[in-house]
Amino acid sequence: MLSAESIKKIDYEITKYPADQRQSAVMAALRIVQTERGWLSQECISEVAAYLRMPEIAAMEVATFYNMYDLENVGRYKITICTNISCMLRDSDAIVNHLQAKLGVGFNQVTEDGKFCLKEGECMGACSGAPLMTVNNHVMHEFLTPERVDVILESLK
Amino acid sequence: MVEIEIDGKALEVEYGSTIIDAADKLGIAIPRFCYHKKLPVAANCRMCLVQVEKFAKPLPACATPVADGMKIFTRSKAAVEAQKSVMEFLLINHPLDCPICDQGGECDLQDIAVAYGTSGSRYTEEKRVVFNKNIGPLISTDMTRCIQCTRCVRFLKEVGGMHELGLVGRGEHVEITAYVDKSVNSELSGNIIDLCPVGALTSKPFRYSARSWELTRRPSIAPHDGLGSHIEVHVKDNKVMRVLPREKESINECWLSDRDRYSYEGLNSPDRLKVPMIKHNGAWQETDWKTALEFAAGQLKDITKQHGGDALGVLVSPNSTMEEGYLIKELAHGLGCDNVDYRLRQTDFRLDGKRVGTPWMGCNIQDIEELDRILLIGSNLRNEHPLLAQRFRKAVNNGAELSIVSPLDNNPLMEIAHKVIVRPNDMVNVLGQILKAMSKLQRLSLCLPPTLENLLSNIKVRDNTQAMAESLAGLGGEIDLVAPRVGIFIGNMGLSDPRFTEMYSMAEAIGGICGAKGGILPAAANSTGMHLMGVMPNAGGLHAREMLEQPRQAYLLLNIEPELDCQHAALAKAAMAQAECVVALTMYKSEALENADVLLPIAPFTETSGTFMSMEGRVQSFAAATKPLGECRPAWKVLRVLGNTLGLHGFDFDSSEQVKNAIFKGEKPSTVVRRSLNNNLKELVEIKVNVKNEGLQRIGEVPQYESDPIVRRSAPLQKTKYNTQPMARMCAAQISALGLVDGETVLARQDKGSAVLKVRLDHHVAMGCVRVTASHENSTGLGDLMGDITLEKYDSDKNATDNSQQEAETA
Amino acid sequence: MATPTKTPEKVVKKAIKQKASKEQPQTPITIRSTGRAFSLESLAGQTLLTLRTLTEENPASLAAYEKVGGYVQIKKIVTEKTKAVDIINQVKLSNLRGRGGAGFPTGLKWSFMPRYFDGTKYLVCNSDEGEPGTFKDRDILRYNPHQLIEGMLIAAYTLGARVGYNYIHGEIWQDYETFEAALHEAKAAGYLGENLFGTNFSFDLYAVHGYGAYICGEETALIESIEGKKGQPRFKPPFPASYGVFGKPTNVNNTESYASIPWIMQHGGQAFAELGVPNSGGTKLFSVSGHVEKPGNFEVKMGTTFTDLLNMAGGVWKGRKLKAVIPGGPSTAVMTAEMIQNATMDYDGLSKAGSSLGAGSMIVMDETTCMVKTLKRLSYFFYEESCGQCTPCREGTGWVYRVISRIVDGNGKLEDLDLLTDVSNNISGRTICALGDAAATPVLSFIKHFRPEFEYYILHGKSMIEQDSLQVSGIENTMVNEHVSGVSALSERIYVKDGSDKYGAEPNG
Repeated sequence: MLSAESIKKIDYEITKYPADQRQSAVMAALRIVQTERGWLSQECISEVAAYLRMPEIAAMEVATFYNMYDLENVGRYKITICTNISCMLRDSDAIVNHLQAKLGVGFNQVTEDGKFCLKEGECMGACSGAPLMTVNNHVMHEFLTPERVDVILESLK
Repeated sequence: MVEIEIDGKALEVEYGSTIIDAADKLGIAIPRFCYHKKLPVAANCRMCLVQVEKFAKPLPACATPVADGMKIFTRSKAAVEAQKSVMEFLLINHPLDCPICDQGGECDLQDIAVAYGTSGSRYTEEKRVVFNKNIGPLISTDMTRCIQCTRCVRFLKEVGGMHELGLVGRGEHVEITAYVDKSVNSELSGNIIDLCPVGALTSKPFRYSARSWELTRRPSIAPHDGLGSHIEVHVKDNKVMRVLPREKESINECWLSDRDRYSYEGLNSPDRLKVPMIKHNGAWQETDWKTALEFAAGQLKDITKQHGGDALGVLVSPNSTMEEGYLIKELAHGLGCDNVDYRLRQTDFRLDGKRVGTPWMGCNIQDIEELDRILLIGSNLRNEHPLLAQRFRKAVNNGAELSIVSPLDNNPLMEIAHKVIVRPNDMVNVLGQILKAMSKLQRLSLCLPPTLENLLSNIKVRDNTQAMAESLAGLGGEIDLVAPRVGIFIGNMGLSDPRFTEMYSMAEAIGGICGAKGGILPAAANSTGMHLMGVMPNAGGLHAREMLEQPRQAYLLLNIEPELDCQHAALAKAAMAQAECVVALTMYKSEALENADVLLPIAPFTETSGTFMSMEGRVQSFAAATKPLGECRPAWKVLRVLGNTLGLHGFDFDSSEQVKNAIFKGEKPSTVVRRSLNNNLKELVEIKVNVKNEGLQRIGEVPQYESDPIVRRSAPLQKTKYNTQPMARMCAAQISALGLVDGETVLARQDKGSAVLKVRLDHHVAMGCVRVTASHENSTGLGDLMGDITLEKYDSDKNATDNSQQEAETA
Repeated sequence: MATPTKTPEKVVKKAIKQKASKEQPQTPITIRSTGRAFSLESLAGQTLLTLRTLTEENPASLAAYEKVGGYVQIKKIVTEKTKAVDIINQVKLSNLRGRGGAGFPTGLKWSFMPRYFDGTKYLVCNSDEGEPGTFKDRDILRYNPHQLIEGMLIAAYTLGARVGYNYIHGEIWQDYETFEAALHEAKAAGYLGENLFGTNFSFDLYAVHGYGAYICGEETALIESIEGKKGQPRFKPPFPASYGVFGKPTNVNNTESYASIPWIMQHGGQAFAELGVPNSGGTKLFSVSGHVEKPGNFEVKMGTTFTDLLNMAGGVWKGRKLKAVIPGGPSTAVMTAEMIQNATMDYDGLSKAGSSLGAGSMIVMDETTCMVKTLKRLSYFFYEESCGQCTPCREGTGWVYRVISRIVDGNGKLEDLDLLTDVSNNISGRTICALGDAAATPVLSFIKHFRPEFEYYILHGKSMIEQDSLQVSGIENTMVNEHVSGVSALSERIYVKDGSDKYGAEPNG
């Protein structure tokens, strides 16, 4: 069941579109539900589809197309590191190696305590701050160094 | 018109057409995978790239509209280079499994690769593997073969009306799939097999059973609903291996319903009766034709002689051919019997003798697409006429407004403008409201005859019926129409209703005011044909219902299982049980024929020649696709010999064509049809608009895969979710009003019969109704399809009889 | 139109001067939306136009924008009932070309929008910049969102659009929130909504977001995404001007394009055109990233020399030599140092030098860069971001990526270079949208300009760059894994929750 809080947020998104275009809110709705529950299970997608009165498969198409949606458990903190050209040129690999060594996981893996998951990201449109990463999609950390990464990890309880 | 040039050939084409349309018209082959003339354009496969003068890049022929003076080159160096490169891309991840692929020999990819590909591949990296999906009992998947053309996705969404398959993921990882572990449930699903240009979607029942080049293809006509779809029967070793649509734009276009596509599996059922059988001392014994026919003739003769012709009742399947219907009627008359009828699922016969002609759908099938306003009365369209529903869907997608008056709120998978979901008994009143509202509308205002005026004065028009009347009159939508094209149709539930006559009269009156086309949607393949030939009692004879209510000494059955094919199962069962003699011409051994005395094995439509007349009055003859199985014989031959054996005159036919000629008396069939089809009434029947009936009413729908003996034996169709066990389906309010709960067991009583059923929540059912499907062994204890019913809590101790009700998924 | 007053560069100089005289020269300006601070000195040499609030405290605030003359133009236009055709003429005169990368003349695009339409017309802003090295629109959203809003208001008035959407790249979530806040601020101040300025002009503007799909930067994919679908581009025609959002006429422009409009209205199209060079009017936000000392956005006049721009960014880092530059994002051809050193940064300048301006996303590579490995990363990007709709792009990007991977793994063959060229040429120009062309461009240009480096790698099984600055081992492994298990990983994560081989084989029956 969608929480009252989620429904309130989804309803706000629906107001952005004409009354017969509820489906338009699916991007936001999936984001809202994912933010609340950590990742999008099949139930989440079905519930969103039902709420927006759209076919489940259409919601599934959206959820699988955009790569910030997670269709499996990504731990409490999903860390997405950009490795695209501008970050790569400024040694994002050092950050990747540091994170992998520190957390003991590779990309798309969750740490044993279920706390962290590492993801490789594509360009985030903030290359002036390269190398950079996001935590749970919505918080961006720029100008990374191994030391800065340590401080960030420390702050994630 | 626009003048263009393709490969040097000048051509005039309609403004707005695409290059591929124009090339197809000219017979110039442009390769394509995603493009299909009946589907929305996707332009994603890129196979149809052609060179167009003044454009630097090749353009997709499927999505490029022609422009005046456009010069197109489909085989120039640039065009061929583009086509070859796309072919190469399509093949790099396609498996090399053609030798074990069912599509082999009829594969677009294979064919086009021969023409546009090269013999070797430059691709040496690893190939993609995609997991298969289980999308139900009808379609088999090999998803690694998929080339992502999305024809299947577009078909289900646009034609089927349900977005059941999607293309999930992105980039190289895109896959066609249903939602998680769901199956594809469209009743038109099999068409995606035909649409699939590769072997990704193939027929599950047909899988690995034959190669396409081993099959002999014979044209035929679909034998289940009144559409008259053109089919192609594929035969190997005298066995029907599969059925595919034969393109007929004005009828089935290039589609086929799953019922018509997969019913052939019932032809190969182990139930098939292969030799004549006679019951001796309660036990069935195989016998030869001569003995069986002499036995049958002797029995019929004795009984009619002893008790008069009236002692015989002749029940005929509306799915039988015209030839068969004609001969059995002649046979009955020869025995002095006027009790002949094909209207097995009808309750209300008050229109007999009042009709001007043969009732039909009142327009051409194609006309439906052009309608602006539609009123559908008592029809669960997708269940009754699965492919015809698609034409209605097109109309609605083109902007038509659909209004529905029905006891069931089933989703027709198209937008409904207005609906009134009420008890069957109240439908006459609702139609009266529409009529009253309409007669008051300024443009249509009309003095109704005093009888109707008086009748309607007691009716209170409600908002929703007012809206419906206005819609039918052309108001509403983006533009108010001065002269909308209106269609009014009555479906199977209406046809079975005890107040059908009143509904029909009301619908005629509404249609008269707003100038509508329309009529009934006859249920079976040859309903219209049977009516045309008068396979019905004349004045004095008994109709189908009376033959059961007033049990006869003998029955002659053609192609039916009485308790499953007659509208009152319990009556049918009892009538057969008490009869002295029952002669059944049947394709199957059946529990429903346990009370018969002789079984004569007849050939199904694939093993005989014959003629069906469709709902639009099209007379379509077909030849046998295979030889009859075992000792089976075409029913027309059996009836002919039976006639001979009885010593009757006029039974000297050597071919089914001769029978057909006799039916039409040498005239052109279309001339007879044109003269005969007429929905008008000679006089009005008595109509009551305010009939109070507080009791619970049954809605005894016939599930589409239970509609006739062949379909009931098609194993793959029976495995679909439409295989519905009868249950007591009601809306939540009705369940609680009866003090019941969802899932509990009840005893349903109708007349003297009963059935043990599970209560099931079904919010599609009108208040005051309980939906109990018919034509199923678990509801044969019940009576009228549409009639009064009671439910009581079932006490298993008190009624420790058969209670083998099972859970089943809903339709 | 209004008379030209202060040019943007004068504003910058004046601000620097004022600050210098009043306070400590190094006093930084605080950005409320990001909490970051930067010094005015870093603006030296720039011509702030779309970022003209940068010299104010809290530049993203309505107050800051109003202080620099914000929302004056829209109010004037609406209350004076300026004719739409006059506005379009000024935009045409300005020589403003679409800043999203394609460079289509904005005024001309506006003239395609049907004047009379029985229903809602839409306005869409494309803030979905995801092309590697592009991050200019982000700074408009977080530093000067109100100028974008005013630009869209002017466009809405001109084109008769009732509703607008700004589609923002999902990864810059904090900037999405900044923009949403700005929308609420504008609405509260009476700049958005119904009957604005007491007239019958109404405009509602909403922020919507992407969620990780580069392809949504393509306008028709973006429209699909707004409609709640996956971002697969539509084929054109029909163009958005006749069939856009919800099938209605829609005008789509880039963030920077809209944000330029208020200035054009204030100073006149001619003044804007004169800021730049012929055929490239106005200023341009250049995103400079990679091997420079100070990566960032630089708003300069069109026609600024490459050398000047590189110097603003602090030059090539660590005192190294310049090797190559991708001038406008990876969908523009890579250039050698020789090719670009004398070029000017404008449409014609870069075109003459052998590449194109694109979105002005300059990626600088120093002498330690291995071009083979760089191309591998770029081809992975296009492989990953292809929407999967058209055959050549869906199949071809994977093919290209695998061949380059094989070369990087030391298993290349010399004929692979011709194969790569051929396959890329076969993708290019044969797809619905331009992603196919974009995917082909780096392959073709890298091999064209750095062929010896590729040949060396194939023959020796290793890079010719001795001090390879790319510590690629980390990515190497993961990316190889990804491509081996890509499809099955996707299938598994959707379908097989219990780990069973439920759909691996044909189910019985």
